Amino acid sequence: MLTAITGAIESGIIYAIMALGVYLSFRILDFPDLTVDGSFVTGAAVAATLIVSGVHPLVATCLALFVGFIAGCMTGLLHTMGKINSLLSGILMMIALYSINLRIMGRSNVPLLNQETIFTNVQEWGTKIGLEPAVAKTWGILLSMTLLVLLFKWFTDWFLQTEIGLAIRATGDNPRMIRSFSANTNLLIVLGLGLSNAMVAFSGALIAQYGAFADVGMGIGMIIIGLASVIIGEAIFGTKTIARATFAVIGGAIIYRIVVSLALRAQFLETGDVKLITACIVILALVVPQMVRHQREKKYKEEKRRERAQAFVAAAAERGEGDVAVKRNL
Amino acid sequence: MWLLLPKGVKGMLQLKGIYKIFHEGTPDEKIALQNINLTLQKGDFVTIIGSNGAGKSTLMNLISGVLFPDEGTISINGQDVTMMPEYVRSRYIGRVFQDPMAGTAPNMTIEENLAMAYARRQKRTLRRGVTKKRRDDFREALSTLHLGLENRLQTKVGLLSGGERQALSLLMATFTEPDILLLDEHTAALDPARAELVTHLTKEIVARYQLTTLMVTHHMQQAIDLGNRLIMMDKGQIILEVDEHEKKSLTVEKLLAEFRRIRGEQLASDRAVLS
Ligand SMILES: Nc1ncnc2c1ncn2[C@@H]1O[C@H](COP(=O)(O)OP(=O)(O)OP(=O)(O)O)[C@@H](O)[C@H]1O
Ligand SMILES: [Mg+2]
Repeated sequence: MLTAITGAIESGIIYAIMALGVYLSFRILDFPDLTVDGSFVTGAAVAATLIVSGVHPLVATCLALFVGFIAGCMTGLLHTMGKINSLLSGILMMIALYSINLRIMGRSNVPLLNQETIFTNVQEWGTKIGLEPAVAKTWGILLSMTLLVLLFKWFTDWFLQTEIGLAIRATGDNPRMIRSFSANTNLLIVLGLGLSNAMVAFSGALIAQYGAFADVGMGIGMIIIGLASVIIGEAIFGTKTIARATFAVIGGAIIYRIVVSLALRAQFLETGDVKLITACIVILALVVPQMVRHQREKKYKEEKRRERAQAFVAAAAERGEGDVAVKRNL
Repeated sequence: MWLLLPKGVKGMLQLKGIYKIFHEGTPDEKIALQNINLTLQKGDFVTIIGSNGAGKSTLMNLISGVLFPDEGTISINGQDVTMMPEYVRSRYIGRVFQDPMAGTAPNMTIEENLAMAYARRQKRTLRRGVTKKRRDDFREALSTLHLGLENRLQTKVGLLSGGERQALSLLMATFTEPDILLLDEHTAALDPARAELVTHLTKEIVARYQLTTLMVTHHMQQAIDLGNRLIMMDKGQIILEVDEHEKKSLTVEKLLAEFRRIRGEQLASDRAVLS
């Protein structure tokens, strides 16, 4: 049980970087970018292939980030220069990336067992400063990934407060307005999607090293996982400021992982059911807040009506019994 | 690449032989503008009136680069900008739209909105948008609106009333002192009191910065009261130009009579406000 939870938290933290990318495209740019399913694998494929061919894991992971950036920019270009609908641009890029990912890996699965990865590096480093190997592994991973995701959070928070970042936010909020303040919204969309997919690919590269393999199918439904994290996080932690929202997204990603790992402990569920569970979580997260809001409104209206009725009765009583009697007769 | 214009001494706008035809060569063909010639000297404040569909908004969109003319040239400050993209041109064109929601980003704060307007002058960089120094500047600029917005810098703009948002839009469009200010019925969506306030602010701001301004309005009296020149448009043409001297003695009755004389019909605007 405890190991399952630690595992969920670990992977949740790594997936949080992907969720931050999804937050950037979905929420900030208001662009439903489905490239994610492909670019996540691209990140994994690039990192795994490079690591197997002897490149240092850190370099490989950073290159994955860069390739993800390019993939995102391509989607942006399809949408802005090619004037293709946003959903379709993402889907096209996702499909194209499937073949590209296969090309990068040369086959559908690249195992990383017994390879040097960022995580073995961290573990080594931990044992060097005198920790038990097992302790160095769990705590090393947890600590280093936490620092990494906080770095991405800090970057996102900072970037969205810069002049360029403000313009990107306005591009998602009111494109007509920001164009009238001399911002090239096309360029900003390309840049925003590039950054978003860079984070997604980076996360993919880490997951490949964490799970010790890259697989061409590992990105299926990634966009929904990202979205689930964003929605759950926002619902629980709120979105008052950018810093709060990015924190929420990270929290959402971790909670999502914990929920899934707990759900999978139920006897009647199988590993293959994960996607169904994810879909259900997202649907719930989308529908429940609506129902809650609706209920609250109904209750509020009810209360107001009762108050009005009471005020009416009180006023009638003040005017004298006769009036009320007359009213009753009517 | 497009070069930034030098801030010339004689900033002005010049339109020569402008034609704009929508859906050319189809049964829906619509000549929105034909042979428009107009020159604004630096500091001119020109009000535009005209019937519905006269082409006023189309004219504004051509000047700001949202649309491009089929024929003719547009120059600002002596430089030909006819085909210059909107995002380059808007460095020196301030705009306020009719819809109060259009000129601001609702999910961003007042100070962030102002920072975006402020950043229009130079290339946007990775500098912080809202710095302490700028915040002081913003507060000062906001206080000229007398709406108390200077105490609500961190409020999301979506929470402001229509009038407040339009006043903010006006401030954002103007406080970087653009070469040209375009106002397209920017008070039309507001209730009379708010419209009055925004009109008053417009007068004040245009005078303060000596802005070269083009303002579309359906309010005849307002068109007469504001600015130093007036033009009337109908069916894609400028049918009447009133210069500074003539404008001083202009009345609504005279304007209507002039329109009847030129067109031989009543001014066809369902939204024209006569008083
Ligand atoms: N994008 C467009 N496509 C087709 N026709 C258009 C387009 N924009 C404007 N028009 C047409 O061009 C003509 C001029 O429109 P415009 O919006 O400039 O009028 P206006 O003077 O601003 O009118 P109003 O007072 O109603 O705002 C109208 O007949 C309109 O139908
Ligand atoms: Mg119009």
